[in-house]
Amino acid sequence: MVPLSWYLILSGILFSLGVLGFLLKRNIITIFMSIELMLNAVNLSFVAFANYWNTHPVADKSIVPLSGQVFVFFVMVVAAAEAAVGLAIIISVFRTRETLNVDRVNLLKL
Amino acid sequence: MTKNLNLWVIPLLPLIGAAINGLLGRRFKNAMVSAVALLFTAASFGWAAWAVWSVWPGSGVALPHIEVLTTWITAGTFSAPFGFQLDQLSMIMVLVVTGVGFLIHIYSVGYMAHEGGYYRFFAFLNLFMFFMLTLVLANNYLLMFVGWEGVGLASYLLIGFFFLKDSAADAGKKAFIVNRIGDFAFLIGMFLLIQHFGTLTFAGDTGVFAQVAKLPQDTGWGWITITALCLMFGATGKSAQVPLYVWLPDAMEGPTPVSALIHAATMVTAGIYMIARSHAIFNLAPHALQIVAIIGCITAIFAATMGLAQTDIKRVLAYSTVSQLGYMFLACGVAAYSAGIFHLMTHAFFKALLFLGAGSVIHAVGGEQDMRRMGGLRKLIPVTFWVVTIATIAIAGIPPFAGFFSKDEILGAVFHSPYGGPVIWGIGVLTAGLTSFYMFRLWFMTFFGELKLGSVDLGEEAHTAHAPAQAAHGAASHSHGHADDKSHGHGGVHESPWVMLGPLVILAVLSFVGGWVGVPQFMGGHNEVEHFLAPVMQSAPAVAGEAVSDKDATTSHAGEATPENTREEWLLAGTSIAAALIGLLFAYLFYYKSPELPDRITSKMHGIYMMVLHKYYVDEGYGAIFVKPLLALSTVVLWRGVDQGVIDRLVNGAGTASQGVGNELRQMQSGNIRSYAAWVALGGAAIVAYMIWLGVTR
Repeated sequence: MVPLSWYLILSGILFSLGVLGFLLKRNIITIFMSIELMLNAVNLSFVAFANYWNTHPVADKSIVPLSGQVFVFFVMVVAAAEAAVGLAIIISVFRTRETLNVDRVNLLKL
Repeated sequence: MTKNLNLWVIPLLPLIGAAINGLLGRRFKNAMVSAVALLFTAASFGWAAWAVWSVWPGSGVALPHIEVLTTWITAGTFSAPFGFQLDQLSMIMVLVVTGVGFLIHIYSVGYMAHEGGYYRFFAFLNLFMFFMLTLVLANNYLLMFVGWEGVGLASYLLIGFFFLKDSAADAGKKAFIVNRIGDFAFLIGMFLLIQHFGTLTFAGDTGVFAQVAKLPQDTGWGWITITALCLMFGATGKSAQVPLYVWLPDAMEGPTPVSALIHAATMVTAGIYMIARSHAIFNLAPHALQIVAIIGCITAIFAATMGLAQTDIKRVLAYSTVSQLGYMFLACGVAAYSAGIFHLMTHAFFKALLFLGAGSVIHAVGGEQDMRRMGGLRKLIPVTFWVVTIATIAIAGIPPFAGFFSKDEILGAVFHSPYGGPVIWGIGVLTAGLTSFYMFRLWFMTFFGELKLGSVDLGEEAHTAHAPAQAAHGAASHSHGHADDKSHGHGGVHESPWVMLGPLVILAVLSFVGGWVGVPQFMGGHNEVEHFLAPVMQSAPAVAGEAVSDKDATTSHAGEATPENTREEWLLAGTSIAAALIGLLFAYLFYYKSPELPDRITSKMHGIYMMVLHKYYVDEGYGAIFVKPLLALSTVVLWRGVDQGVIDRLVNGAGTASQGVGNELRQMQSGNIRSYAAWVALGGAAIVAYMIWLGVTR
């Protein structure tokens, strides 16, 4: 059985990669993918915990073993919605400005 | 038997009048304004008279009659009621205030007829009545203080009535500020009372006076003496005693009816009333009594000498008022409170009459106030002449006019009291002589000789003759033009209308008979005033020395029927009459028989004369000792040091600091989304680091 900590470490690595990608990349598509990466890193830790509590039952009633799994579905729904909206925005940005470099999408800056 | 007299109505009525005239009067015709003002004042007088009638001794109503409306202020165990009290003392006061006040209201209708701000004048006058009635009817010191401050405010407003004139505005401010100094001491005195008694209510088992009565006499300088001195200092401000008398002569900048009402008959007597009301405290503090007596004595003689050289008719009366108030103070100082209140009452009559008479004279000669330009008015304004004559005789202390009885009563009490004695009595008699002299000087200068309107070149001394108050404040006041206008358009010297003369005549009658309620026993009278007030003043003055302890101090000067006493009393009375007659004689010699005599004398004693003329340079002295250093201190330390140096710098520093910080923080808001994200990431990392640290250290 793979210990919980491994999942968490993997999740942390993925999340950090997402953050770094978000911060360092200039292409909007890449940034968008980094966001998805972060979301899924979190999903990973959710299911890891859900599995962990399912196999290690405790008396504490506040811990509901499968809630982590349910949360993942929520996150996926949100991520899908976000992807739809986000990609629409990206397309519209590209149509008007003909670039995907975020540093050049700065009209709202004073 | 208790009765509900609704005492609160008495002060409330003038307040309603003030509110109506003050808020709506601008749209009213003058007749409407005077109708409102007179109606509410008369109603107040009527209600007061009815209330006094209802509780008159013998009616079966227990005195003091107290009506508490509600609790006003509660703080911890201390509570001040909102209540009114009617006893013998406040009966006299309330009748004097409403009665004389009403007469002066009537007079003002004529006097102020041509002035601007007519509605404003009557609104202020009614407001003053409200506060004064609150003062005399209050059943505790705190409510009394409300009235006390309120009359100060009304006084300020009325002195500065001709506010376009700098001297009037300044005089108003001076009166207010000098009064505030006294009020501060009054406040301290009240705090001491709260500290020791936990209450400020006058009467009742838990009242101040009941608690004071249980204390031993304070022969040293204990807190009772300090309290008494604080109260006394408060009274010196309001009642224009040394050292705070300086505001009253300047207060003559106000319209003449104001001088009569506020600065002669009513407000300035508030201090006397307060001391008489607090007599239980003063009786326990012989040192304080002694100081009160000395201050009264000094004020009486000091002001009388200053009155000698004044040429402005109203200023002579002002100094005479200060001097007479000194008498009342002196009476309080020798624990003859009822004599003081008696003099207060008679003084209210004849001094109001004198001021109103002077106002009538000023009105007649078209705004001139300098007596050197008057003269020979006897034939021209006969009614005014006769009423002023009565008042002059009354104040000079010649029997059987009112002033004699009250003044004689005070002097007799002074002579017998351990706080008085022959020396202070002698000064009192001298003052009586001086009073008689300068009052008859005024009389002769104004009514005899020849009219010199505009014909006398007063040269450089003209600055002492204050320019006619009404001249400077705009074209509205045609009738009160400057003397240089010779008031031709007004038909020359003329008698005042009857709306002004009526009150004068009533006051003249009162000045004549007003003293008869206090005819001393040795003259065959019963001294009703003293017996009337006796229940209020019942705590007999505890006398420190042995000199009077064998006699009953309250009755010794009223004269028991022993022949010795009677002879002594006649002697004392005779002396003061003689002093008055001598004063009259000198005035006759100087200002009627040989008018060049005063000039010869003044040129011989030029130094003294100049000193008296300039009022002993007291104003200049106060200016140098108190005002200038205070101004310098305020400028250098408070303004430049504290205000600009500390407060402004703190405020500006706070501004600069937040600008600087904002300038730095501005860098965070680059508008670059990725840098925002970096900040978010950094914050998240910080939180994670904190949680790890928590987990590690647990």
